[in-house]
Amino acid sequence: MKPLSAMTANLDKGDCESWGPVLTLAAREVFETMLGSVLEPGPTSFAGEELDITSMVGLAGQIRGVVTLRCATNSATLIAAKMLGVETAAAGPQMCDAVGEVCNMIAGNFKNKINGMGDGCMLSVPTIITGADYLLRALTESSRIDVNLMFEGFPLIVSLEIHF
Amino acid sequence: MGQRFSRALWARKGTVSMDNMRVLIVDDSSVMRKIVERSLRQAGINIAQVLEAGNGAEALSVLNQEKVHLILCDINMPVMDGLEFVKQLSSVENAKAVPVVMITTESSEGHVVQALTAGARGYIRKPFTADQVKEHILPLLA
Repeated sequence: MKPLSAMTANLDKGDCESWGPVLTLAAREVFETMLGSVLEPGPTSFAGEELDITSMVGLAGQIRGVVTLRCATNSATLIAAKMLGVETAAAGPQMCDAVGEVCNMIAGNFKNKINGMGDGCMLSVPTIITGADYLLRALTESSRIDVNLMFEGFPLIVSLEIHF
Repeated sequence: MGQRFSRALWARKGTVSMDNMRVLIVDDSSVMRKIVERSLRQAGINIAQVLEAGNGAEALSVLNQEKVHLILCDINMPVMDGLEFVKQLSSVENAKAVPVVMITTESSEGHVVQALTAGARGYIRKPFTADQVKEHILPLLA
């Protein structure tokens, strides 16, 4: 059986629905390596949760789309605290920077696991949205994968939207 | 450069000791700059001073005024990216011989070849551990 760390997928747009486990693994590796936290599977829905911090990293090239990380402010502060090794009370000002960098690493780690995508796909610098009341619209046909995870007991969603 | 680094030595606890070692960390994320600094210290590398820059252009500006012994640099940055920075570094008299190690999410073979061709001496992929930092940095200080 192939070890989890060696999990890859092929660069086939028709197969992108199967990229969910690869996206999950990419996120888990980033949290374990950089934060020392194990991401657990989350429920199928986070309805009612206020996920008011969104980080987005664009993909351009062979694959066009967006990798998104959504979480609540308290989760984002905890992410910053764990990355920096400081108390949460001191991590607030670094919250957006930290979440942006985590999303960037997830996007990079993900694309490196898709065979043939590494050289043919560039990442944008991260963009952060604060607030939960917004709608993101793609202007082209797209496919979306949402992975619901739990970070230290807090909800967190990693998404991949592929534009065709 | 060889003479400058010849004073590097292993102490009993596996710490590289070097007088007045100065490191420049180039990354548009201030959080990542702090993490890289912490990883260097966790790797047992003694640093006298850390200088920071948010992109390649800022880094060139710093290097026109300051001498450093090691540069750790991201690739994806606004204003001037890490590959362009490494290319332009050869024109900075103060710093053209200073080893540069890329620390980046861009880890495809093409990116690695581009960085090494441009003049980088090492390549660390994010996410990274302190052990990986140690593995890539120590040979450059030996």
